[in-house]
Formats: sequence, C-alpha cells, structure tokens
Amino acid sequence: MRAETPFAMVQPFVAGPPPLIDAAPILSAQGLAKSVPAAGGPRRLFAGLDLAVAAGEVVAITGESGVGKSTLLNIIAGLDTPDAGDVRIAGQDVARLNEAARAALRCRQLGFVFQAFHVLPHLDLARNVALPLALAGMPQREALARAEAMLIKVGLGGRGGDWPAALSGGELQRIAIARALVHAPPLVLADEPTGNLDPETARRVLDLLLAQARDEGAAVLIVTHSEMVAAAATRAVRLTADGLAAGTTLAA
Amino acid sequence: MGIMPAPTRWLLIGEWRAQPLRIAVAVLAIAVGVALGFAVHLVNSAALASFGRAVASVQGRADLAVRARSPAGFDEALYPRIARLPAVAAVSPVVELQASWGELARPGERGAGAPKVDGGRFTLLGIDMLRAARVTPGLAAAMAPSIGNQPDWDGDPLWLSPALAKAAGVKVGDMFGFTAAGTQVRWKVVGLLPGSEDARLAVIDIAGAQWRFAQLARLQRLDLKLAEGVDADAARRAITAALPADAVLATPEDEASRADALSRAYRVNLGMLALVALLTGGFLVWSAQALSVARRQPQFALLAVLGLPREGLVRQLLIEGLALGLAGALLGVGLGYGLASLVVTQFGGDLGGGYFSGANAQLAFPPLAALVFGALGIVTALAGSLAPALNAARQSPAAAMKGMGERPDPARPPRAWPGLALLAAGGVAALGPPLWGLPILGYAAMALLLAGGVALMPALVRALLAPLARAGSGVPAVDLAVRRLWGVPQAASLALSGIVASTALMVAMAVMVASFRQSVDDWLVAVLPSDLYLHLEAADAGGLAPADQARLSAVPGVTNVRFQRLQTIRIDPDRPAVMLMAQGGQASLPMVARTDAPAPPGSTAVLISEPMAWLYGWRVGAVHGVVIGGVERPLFVAGIWRDYARQWGALMLPIADYRRFTEDANASEAAFDLLPGHDAGAVQKSLAAALPPAVAGQAQFGRPAEMRKVALEIFDRSFAVTYALEAIAILIGLAGVATSFSAQVLARMREFGMLRHIGVTQRQILAMLALEGSGLGLLGALAGCTLGLVMALVLVRVINPQSFHWTMDLALPWPVLGGLVLALLACAAGTAVVAGRRALGQGALLAVRADW
Repeated sequence: MRAETPFAMVQPFVAGPPPLIDAAPILSAQGLAKSVPAAGGPRRLFAGLDLAVAAGEVVAITGESGVGKSTLLNIIAGLDTPDAGDVRIAGQDVARLNEAARAALRCRQLGFVFQAFHVLPHLDLARNVALPLALAGMPQREALARAEAMLIKVGLGGRGGDWPAALSGGELQRIAIARALVHAPPLVLADEPTGNLDPETARRVLDLLLAQARDEGAAVLIVTHSEMVAAAATRAVRLTADGLAAGTTLAA
Repeated sequence: MGIMPAPTRWLLIGEWRAQPLRIAVAVLAIAVGVALGFAVHLVNSAALASFGRAVASVQGRADLAVRARSPAGFDEALYPRIARLPAVAAVSPVVELQASWGELARPGERGAGAPKVDGGRFTLLGIDMLRAARVTPGLAAAMAPSIGNQPDWDGDPLWLSPALAKAAGVKVGDMFGFTAAGTQVRWKVVGLLPGSEDARLAVIDIAGAQWRFAQLARLQRLDLKLAEGVDADAARRAITAALPADAVLATPEDEASRADALSRAYRVNLGMLALVALLTGGFLVWSAQALSVARRQPQFALLAVLGLPREGLVRQLLIEGLALGLAGALLGVGLGYGLASLVVTQFGGDLGGGYFSGANAQLAFPPLAALVFGALGIVTALAGSLAPALNAARQSPAAAMKGMGERPDPARPPRAWPGLALLAAGGVAALGPPLWGLPILGYAAMALLLAGGVALMPALVRALLAPLARAGSGVPAVDLAVRRLWGVPQAASLALSGIVASTALMVAMAVMVASFRQSVDDWLVAVLPSDLYLHLEAADAGGLAPADQARLSAVPGVTNVRFQRLQTIRIDPDRPAVMLMAQGGQASLPMVARTDAPAPPGSTAVLISEPMAWLYGWRVGAVHGVVIGGVERPLFVAGIWRDYARQWGALMLPIADYRRFTEDANASEAAFDLLPGHDAGAVQKSLAAALPPAVAGQAQFGRPAEMRKVALEIFDRSFAVTYALEAIAILIGLAGVATSFSAQVLARMREFGMLRHIGVTQRQILAMLALEGSGLGLLGALAGCTLGLVMALVLVRVINPQSFHWTMDLALPWPVLGGLVLALLACAAGTAVVAGRRALGQGALLAVRADW
C-alpha cells in the first residue's frame, strides 16, 4: 500500500526489484553485549542484541543519547570488540579477522557517513571521494574517474578540483555520501548523517543517501535521533539496555 | 568582568592542574635561557671589574699619566721639564717593570686542574715616596711608617699587595726572591699595600729600582696631579707639546677602556650565544602553548559561545604566557647566579678566553642587570604565546563546536615574499661595516637570515613537493602524507621552524668552529718550523744578553738559532699596545699579502700582522712613521701575515735594524734547529743548564708538537661555552619539534578516526605520520643546512674578522654535518610516530563523534 508521504520515493518496496528475502543477510549480529567502564563499576550498554540486515534494506536505529548507538556501529565495523556475541558481514565473522583483514573489510565492504562530515581539508573533492578506492589499491587515474562519476550523481559534478574549504555543510555531507558509496559496498553505516544540517538540507541529503544506496544495491544502517529519518527507513528499531526493540516503522 | 572572568579562570586553572609537566618544561626552557644570559653577563662584569681594579691599582689613580711607548722607557730628564709646567701641581716619577718569581706556569696550564706551580708574574713599581704621597697617595701610604724605622735591613725594602703576598705565600718579614729586567734579587717584605686586593703588585724605592734593575736615568711613567682650577684640555695640550717622541699622555679612562676593549668582542660573542639559548627557550614556549591551545580548542569554543569576546581570549592566553615568563625569569635569575659562581671558580673570570688570567673575580648581584634579563625572559615567553593566542582567537567557535575546527585551505598557497624579503635584508646587512668596533650588522644579518629562512619554509615545502603530489606514488600512506604536507604546510610551520632553526644554528656554528680550528692548526704548522723553542716570560726589560745568546748557540746539537726580541710599543694612544717583534734570521710566516718592491731609501722594510693592517688601515707598499728607540722611524710595509696570537697587532722587523734603533741587544725568544740524530730532550736540558740563573724561572721550552696541542686545547676550551650553548639550543629545538607534532596530531584526531573507519590500518596511519615527520625533517634539515652554510659564511667572513681582526679559511666538516642531519631526521620521524600512537587509541575512534 502506497503511503502518502513525501518520502514515497525512498521506499524500496514500491518500485525497483523485489527484495532478496531469501538471500543471506548482509549483516548478522547475534547476542551482542557491551559494557563500558564508568565511575562505580562497569555500565552495561546492551546485552542479548540481535540484528540482521538484508541486502538493500534501510534500517534505522533510534534511542536515547548515550545508549550506545555509536558503540554498536563501531562493533559492527570491527573497530571495537563486544563482550559477547558475534558479528558477520557478508558471511565473514568479524571477530576472527586480524587487524589488517578488518581494515580490508572496512575498505571494501563498508561505507561510512558521519555526523561531522570529516572531509580531509588537504585533498580536493575528487581525491576525497576516491579515498576508499585508493586505499584498495586502484590506480589513481581509474579511481579519480570513478570519483568524478560519483560526484555527478550527488549533484556536484565537475567540481572535483575544488577544495573542501569552499563548501557548505550540506555539500560536504554529499561528498561524504559519495565517498561512502564510490566503492559500491554492500553495507553503508551512517551515524547521525543529518545531525549537523538544517531540516531542508537534511531532507535533501537523506533522500540522496537512500537513493544512491538503492541504485548501488547497498543496505543502509542509520543511527539517528531524527523522527524523519526513522520514518524514511524500511525498518526502525530502538536500542535499549536490553537489546533492540521494534520501533515505529512504516510497513510496506 | 575584571581581568579574568570566573569561567575562564576555572577552565584555565584546571588546565594547569591537568598538565603540570608541560608547564614545568616550558618554564624551565625560559629559565635556562635567562640563566645563561645572566651568568655570562655576571661573570664578565665581575672579571672586568676585577681586572679594572687591578689595572687601576697599578696605575695609582693619578689625574693623568705620561707613559713610555715601550718598556725601554724615556729619559728621566723629562721629569723636571714636566714638573716645571704651570698646569702641573705635582709629578711622581715611576719605574714600572714586569717581574716574576719562581717557576712560571706554561700558557696552556692555567685554571682549575693545572699542575700547581710555585711562581707567577707581577708588576714591580719603583716610586719616590715623597712625591708619590702627593700624587698617588694609595701607593705611597704603606711605605711611610716603615721608612726611617728600619736600621738594619738585610736587603732593600719591598712592599707587596695582599694578592701578591697570598699568591707567593710570603708574609711581612719574609725574604722574597724575584727576577725583573733580567736581574735576580732577594729582598725583605716590610709591609703590605692597602687597597690593592686584586692586583699583583710590588713597590720599592725608585732609586733602588733604577740602580738594581739597569734603569739608570730611565723612567717608564710620570704620574701627574693637575693644578687646581686649570682647564683640563689646555693642560693636556701643554703637556703633550713637551713630550719627546717616546712618551705619550694617557688618562685612567683610556686604560680602563683599553681593558674593556681587549675582551669586548669576545664578551659580545658570548652574549649572542646566550641570546640564542633564550630564543630557543621562547620557541619551546611557543610550541608548548600551541599544543595547549590545540587541546583546549573545544573549551575556547564554549567560552566564546558563552560570551567571552575574542580579545578576552587573546588576553587570557597572553596572561598565561606572562605567568610562564615570570616563573621562568625568577628561576632563571637564581639559576644564573648559581651557575656564574660555579663557573668563576672552575674556569676563571674569562670563561677560558684567556683575557683575564690572574685577576681574582668576585661575584656581586646587580639588581638592574637581573631585572633586564628577567624582563627579557618575560618578553620572550609573551612573544612565544602570541601566535597561538591569535590563532585560537581566529577559530570560528561555531565551527569548532560542530567539530570542524581548523579549516586550512590549500587553495591559498603560503606567501613567499616575506621570507624572501627577510633573506634579502640579511644579505644586505652582511655586507655592512663594523659599528663601534663590533659586527652589529653581522649579527643582525644572522638574525634576518634565520627569520627569512624560517618564514620561507611553507612556500618552499609546497614548491618542492608539488611534482610528487601531482604524480602520486600509489601507496596510500605516502600519498596522504605528501598531500598533507603540500596542502597545508602552514600547519606544520611550527615544527618546521624548529627543525630549520636548530639545523641552521648547528651547521653555522659547527662550520665556523671547524674552519677556525683548521686555520689555527695550519697557521701553527706554518709558524713553528723549528725543532725547539725557548720563550722568556715577563722579560720585557730583561732577557738574554748577547753573551747568553752566544752560549746557547754553542750548545752541542744546535745547528741554527734564530733569536727574537719582543717589545710592546704604543703606536696609537687610543689603542692597546702593538707587539714589536725583532726577528733574527728568516721568519716563517703565512703571508696574506706581500710585495717584492724594495723599501724606499731611508725606510726600513717591515711585515705587519693581519689585525694590525685591519686596525690601523696600513696597506702593503705604504710608509708609516713609528717611534722606536726615541726617534720616529719610517717603516715600509712589505707584507701582511696571518696572526692568531696577537689580537691587537704585531710588527716584525729585522733584529739588526732593531738593535740599530735602540741599544737593546737582548733577546726574549729563540728558535733552535737541531742536528738530525740529536734527542730534543737532551738538547733542551743542555740549553736550560746554559741559561743564566736569573732567568731560569722565566724560561719555557716547547716543542712544536706539544705547543700545537696546547694551543688547540686553549682553543677548544675557549669554545667550550659555544659548544655547550649549541647543544642546549639543539635539544630545546628538538623538544619543541616533539611538542608541536603532538599538537598537530591532537588537532587531527578526528581525521585519524575517520581514516580508521574507512579502512586505513593502524600501521598505515603510523606510517603516514612517520613519513610526514621524515618529510618535514628531511626538507627542514636540507633547508637548515643550506641556511646554516650561508650563516657560516657570515660568521667566517664578516663576524669573526670584524670582531677579532683576523681571517680564516672555510672548512666544511662533512662527516659531522652528515651525522647530525641524520640524527635530526631520526628524531623528527621518531617524535611524529610517538605522538601518533596516542591518536590511534579509542580516543580517535570516539572523537569521530562531534561531542567530546
């Protein structure tokens, strides 16, 4: 049933290929638990957390500040280790990989979008976008060509030679999105991607992120405060100390 | 709101409590700079004051003095002529001779650690007690009670200054044996001279002096007291008109300023080095403050949002710098005083420079100088805090709050023209002449060149890395490092400045010292061609008589002897005396300029030393008149030789001409060539046995090899302070580099976190940092070496000649330079990596979020 919302275009089940429901999930986390040190003993962030993200899904994780959303993302990315549980990305058990292999995983299988854009000021826009390709060993010319192509897709075509200092916040976030998708990863992790943007720009950026992800066939896992973002996802879950609970969702 | 609103006070004090070590290091750096400068000043003033007092007590504090041009003195008939002048109220005639007792220490063996010798030099004055009582009462005072009271003296009476009595270990009533003017005597000490603690002085009756020491009808000095109310200039003119050729008029101020001038260049040199230490202290403050500001950027953003205006923030950081400077200055003044006391006991008042041996320096605490040096420390700390303060205020608080912080823009390349302008100004200054006898423009040139090199570095880095940045290497860590350095070289300017300045100073001083040492060594080889040398100390008026000379020449094993007579003569009353060297036989000298033209008829061909040519402006081929033996003689300058031993000039003429001009047939030096197969030690013993007993204690034998060794040891000792200051400068420079790397890494925490998220490994990030550090180190070291070589040229070609009036050949110590540069590179890369390690912990990952 088509919902009459401004975000109709981002609902993957309305148009486009049917979901590959019976394919293995891109991300599969089971039984994750994490505590952090605090005054007066370790504080439990979450326990017994299960999460599965299928290819092409857009999942929003909401929750209070400090509840551990960023930590969860870091665990999924292999940058942090859980106290219990395991994480599998594209079938690989992240915990079994050594540091170099995890870095390679992040380099090829993951894309990141942060709240604070984190664009390197000393690289021009094209090189910033091409960074994951360069890290993966792609020759410079090919990497830059793909970066230019990506820039066109995010609406900044032809500006590959410009410097980040000249861009506004919204444009910088678009660069970040381009960088997150230029190497066609199956999973994009986004940590409050619209947190630093005004509502108008935020909506545009979000539309762009989800559209590009859908075009590239990437799943998106978004951590967010924003109701709007949660509403745009296929599925929204709520992070509590006991794991993920179902949140508001717009069912297709 | 007052000077410090509460929120800023809380946050800033919290910062100090959190980082006590860094604060302590910055305070210490300032303290070291202030201490060194203050210590050098203290030691030098103490030595100078003591030397000045010693000189003054020898002179007796008369209004004016007529002095002989050379130790040979002038005819005593001048005395009644001057006494008759209406402008003169009283005249005291003085015989002044250099004397010595016991065995004299060899020139290289002074200071702590030297073998104890039971001898030394002093000045012997023969005065007329009655006349001296009117003109120089200080000298005559001790004598009065004793005269007429001693019916049976065993010898002639002698009064010693307390310093001399202590050094010689004699008391009133003892007999004291000494040699003066070639005569050895043993007289009874009947009293001590009051008020002459610093000088080694002995006073006897003038008649005894003239009779016993072969000074009949000769005087070296007339002390004058002018009549009341007489015009000083008129009196001077009248007296000068009455003087013969071999006497000049001098005032006590001339003497004092001569003593001052003797060592001024050396002291200024030391002062400059202390300034270098202070500047590197300032650099360390700069880097420490930059680091502190980088860490506190979020706090400052909060303060700005809460309402602290930008000027308030700048003021706050400057107050921090002021506090650092104040603490450092206080500590430095105390440390400096302690250091000065230590140094004076260990090295003597001249810090090894050889100017003030024998003077007994006492340290006083001068409040004004302490204030000046303290203020210097505070100003340096303030200057070091200025750039970080302005930088902090420039950050947009909103951007900092969102975590975007500093946004350097590679589209705006660093400007090259300020650096180029400074370098050009430095080049122009280096061509300037000395001012007031000091190479002030030379020092200014060094400072301008250093500043220019440092200012040019960002633009230079950008230009040098452009090809590499364009081409790319394919290795991500390398590309990221190169692009970072190329894109925002200004961000690294602090570390770069430290590396460039450290390297430049180190290279400049190393090259200068190596060149000087090599030139001195080459010179020593050239001027010491014989096998054995004999030198008589304190023999201005004595020496070896012709009979003694014949006996020495006849000693078996000796094929050839060249005798030399040394006398000091005053050519210009405003300048220190020149050394007249009457040379027998062919002298072996390294010539700088010469002419083969014969001397014009009636004139005598002489050679002059480089300092003399510089100071007096004499050129090869010119004829100048100099009073020798009471008559002005025309001297033809036939050549100029390089001389490192006599800073105020030397004049060499054939000994035959000298003996013709004066009646002095004695010799004070001899150079012996030995027959092959004869042992130098045995010949030396025979020669020593052949010496007359009177001069045995004054005689010093030397072989070229050991003389070279001793001379180079003196050289190294006089540069010990330079080496120490250089080492301190380098250490502080490197510490500053380490701190600034840390500041950089802190500011880029989020960048590293992001890189880790997108798949860069820890090792790659460390490699990137190591490459950045090495890149900075390499570029900085190369630029620093080039700059240092240019500065060395200024030191060798401008500062040294203008200070000391000699030249030297440039020598580049490649192994030393190469080793130092490699060490610097390793340090730079190492500190970058160490600073980076902290960035790779959880801190970086979590810093990716905007909240802190």
